[in-house]
Amino acid sequence: MAGMTPAPKENGTGYSSLVAPLLLPTWAMIGIFLVLPVLLMAVYSFLTKEFRGGVIWDFTLAAYDQFFLNRGLFGDEPPTLEWTYITIFWRSIWQAAVATLICLIVGFPTAWFIATRPPKARAVWLFLVTIPYWVNLLIRTVSLKFLIRENGPLNESLMSIGLITDPLPLVNTNLAVQLGLFYSYLPFMVLPIYAAVERYNFALSEAAADLYASRWVTLREIVLPVVKPGIVAGCILVFVPSLGAFLAPDLLGGAKTFMIGSLIDEQFRGSQGNWPFGAAAAMILMTLVLIVLMIYARAQAKGEAR
Amino acid sequence: MSTAIDIRSVVKRYGTATALHGVSLSISDNEFFTLLGPSGCGKTTLLRCIAGFEDVTEGEIRLFGQDIAALEPNHRPVNTVFQQYALFPHMTVLENVAFGLKMKGMGLSDRNARAGRMLEMVHLSAFADRLPAQLSGGQQQRVALARALAPEPKVLLLDEPLSALDLKLRQAMRVELKTLQEQTGITFIFVTHDQEEALTMSDRIAVMSQGRVQQIGTARDIYEAPVNRFVADFIGETNLLEVVVDRVEGDSARVILPGGHAITCAAAGNGPGKHHISIRPERLSLAATGDLTATVERIVYLGTDLQLLTRLTTGEEFHVRLQNSARTELPAPGSTVALHLEEGAARLLAD
Amino acid sequence: MKGVRHYPGFLPMAVGCLVILYAPLVVVMIYSFNGSTSITTWGGFSWRWYADVFTGPEAPRFKAAAWNSLSIALIAATTATAIAVAAAVAMIRGGRFRGKSATFALINLPLMVPEIVVAVACLIFFSTIGLTTGYLTILLAHITFCIPFAYLPIAARLQGIEDTYEQAARDLYATRGQAFRLILLPLMMPGILSGFLLAFIISLDDFIITNFVKGAGMETLPTAIFGSVKQGIKPNIMAISTMMLAVSVFFVTLSYLVNRIGQRTRS
Repeated sequence: MAGMTPAPKENGTGYSSLVAPLLLPTWAMIGIFLVLPVLLMAVYSFLTKEFRGGVIWDFTLAAYDQFFLNRGLFGDEPPTLEWTYITIFWRSIWQAAVATLICLIVGFPTAWFIATRPPKARAVWLFLVTIPYWVNLLIRTVSLKFLIRENGPLNESLMSIGLITDPLPLVNTNLAVQLGLFYSYLPFMVLPIYAAVERYNFALSEAAADLYASRWVTLREIVLPVVKPGIVAGCILVFVPSLGAFLAPDLLGGAKTFMIGSLIDEQFRGSQGNWPFGAAAAMILMTLVLIVLMIYARAQAKGEAR
Repeated sequence: MSTAIDIRSVVKRYGTATALHGVSLSISDNEFFTLLGPSGCGKTTLLRCIAGFEDVTEGEIRLFGQDIAALEPNHRPVNTVFQQYALFPHMTVLENVAFGLKMKGMGLSDRNARAGRMLEMVHLSAFADRLPAQLSGGQQQRVALARALAPEPKVLLLDEPLSALDLKLRQAMRVELKTLQEQTGITFIFVTHDQEEALTMSDRIAVMSQGRVQQIGTARDIYEAPVNRFVADFIGETNLLEVVVDRVEGDSARVILPGGHAITCAAAGNGPGKHHISIRPERLSLAATGDLTATVERIVYLGTDLQLLTRLTTGEEFHVRLQNSARTELPAPGSTVALHLEEGAARLLAD
Repeated sequence: MKGVRHYPGFLPMAVGCLVILYAPLVVVMIYSFNGSTSITTWGGFSWRWYADVFTGPEAPRFKAAAWNSLSIALIAATTATAIAVAAAVAMIRGGRFRGKSATFALINLPLMVPEIVVAVACLIFFSTIGLTTGYLTILLAHITFCIPFAYLPIAARLQGIEDTYEQAARDLYATRGQAFRLILLPLMMPGILSGFLLAFIISLDDFIITNFVKGAGMETLPTAIFGSVKQGIKPNIMAISTMMLAVSVFFVTLSYLVNRIGQRTRS
């Protein structure tokens, strides 16, 4: 038995004693370059703005005051609710919701169709649906703009086949932004629903059909409730990034389609900026997203408990 | 014969749950030793403690006299055949078998030669360059054996190695395993929940339940002389009857059977009072007058045997097995029969 | 009689879905070969805009941007992958430990916080600690948000590797380091490669965060393209887009093949 050296007790494959050093880089990177910055951003939203961008370290509620309250041109009138920014947020939520709905309407049948193909065809379809997600979002958005612009290929071809006489004014409309968001995040809707449908036990549909349910009744009564977790996950994955999106509204929309992303971006551009206000708007956006995610997490926990 | 493994009051706790309650047993060199028990009885935990994948909470494990508690698995001269084989999927069969030798520092040509001989031993030389995924279950099993035997461990641990194989292959592998053990002279510790496997291969068997060793003995010992209700019930088929022991004298005890008939059987270390006896169904015969009286409820045809499902006059279910022969006269269902116990058929149990 | 899997209208929906996804890309690809200087009229097939990208007046700007994008993506993806491998081993092989669920939340945090919020937070942070925005700040931000993208495929792969392989190696006299290097690492490799590729593309793709922390004069390809597009979509942009598209498709295909090979060595 010579040469067998006693070593500290440690079970066969466990890395329990190495957890801390293994996780240290993760904690450090995300802690320093994400958690700390977000906390700092929260502090900034309570600071006083400096006119050339940046802040003065005087604590104030001015940013939130500006966001929610209107005190008149000279700031001396009694405060009333300020609608400008709330409208922008509301519009963002609305645009994101519509984009999510379009994604769902197109994404569900697509996901179902893919999941019911034979395995080889399924792999090809999935591959085709995922590729655009890997293409640079900016390039995709620019491409869409190029396609649907006033004298772009879409209008030209529609006019040449005589479907329309005047070009459709698509760019700079709400529809263009919704289309852009839909186009940006469609794969996020298809993939989770696909995963849910793939696990779906088709014998349930057969049982429903056997018990005299029509195809569409089966879809509503059996399929949708069973694959709901996938649908909800897809909706969250589309809604959340749509809410804070910057490129689609900025490139495809106009002044009337101004969304949260652009509002925040503007506060950090040059001398027109207002850092505390931008930080406050970002805080409000983050709060909205966290609320959505928490509702989702709670619903999911409830679903698992059942 | 020297002692290969000496396990002394080993306790293993996971938080508040206790997997092993002070297990002690010693295994001789060159022995085919089996740990038998239902799932969750602690047999795999004990094996993993010997291999070093789990630390023991209390007690010690000695390997040829040396305490191995502080040794990591790679310093224990003990190799394991895993339940699902755990063949490295990215290495060829030969690389798998040579892995342990490589880790022990053996040179390339030596270890390949030795691994080649091991593959010959398990009749897989032709598959040396294949990947594990390209082999059948039985072949993978033999590679796992060759891999674990290649470094010439002092003790080979086998964790239900046959459970993933189909019945035919399993029966063939039993013979092959036993032959390998005799050829190599290595101590085998074999874990299984399959009593037939245990009875056919082992020199000795430890029956385990709920983290405790219930009985250690040869196949014959544990089948013919179970010490307690668990062992009697787990190994083979048996009838357990509650009886009254009215007198214990030295090695023998006088037992009153249900129905009032008294017999004498070997004492089990407990005093007079209510106890249990085990009677194997094949150690009975129908007679004109017998030790027990029962009503036949159903007769089940099993081919070589006939099984009589009866109920004693005192209400207990009672099974009788008769050899299927032309001479066997069958009672009609509903009729009352007298049952005669063969000499030594009734075993008084400790609990 | 069609089975319960069939719904009328779902096939056209799926085809329509692909058309919507690909039409803009295909159109831009076609127009990138347009010989005309106007983007509205077709002037015959030509490579002129590709030549323009490399030799035209904007070429030095694009070259610098491309170099920045690629080098940042390479360094960020490599670093994030290394961090993610360590994290995955700790999370999946480390047993239970205090703060495990908090760590899990931390790893996924970059996916949950909206990009624009991360961008604002990073800008504020870098300006507060006095770090001049530029190459380094882009790199630090990219490493951070690439971690979860690298982590997910690596952790998924590791979860599928039973720990009996390492136990078998340890049983056969391998030290913990050897068991990791010779058994676990090769088995994890497909997950590590797809994690790396995912992180690489995500870094290459990023616009919003980069745009906030890049500082003046510093450009990556997306910010350079965005700057150009603000003055209208020019044909050279379409040529660059087509090239980037080709790079992306190349990487996805690579990642797809790596995964397929990975599945074959499994079980």
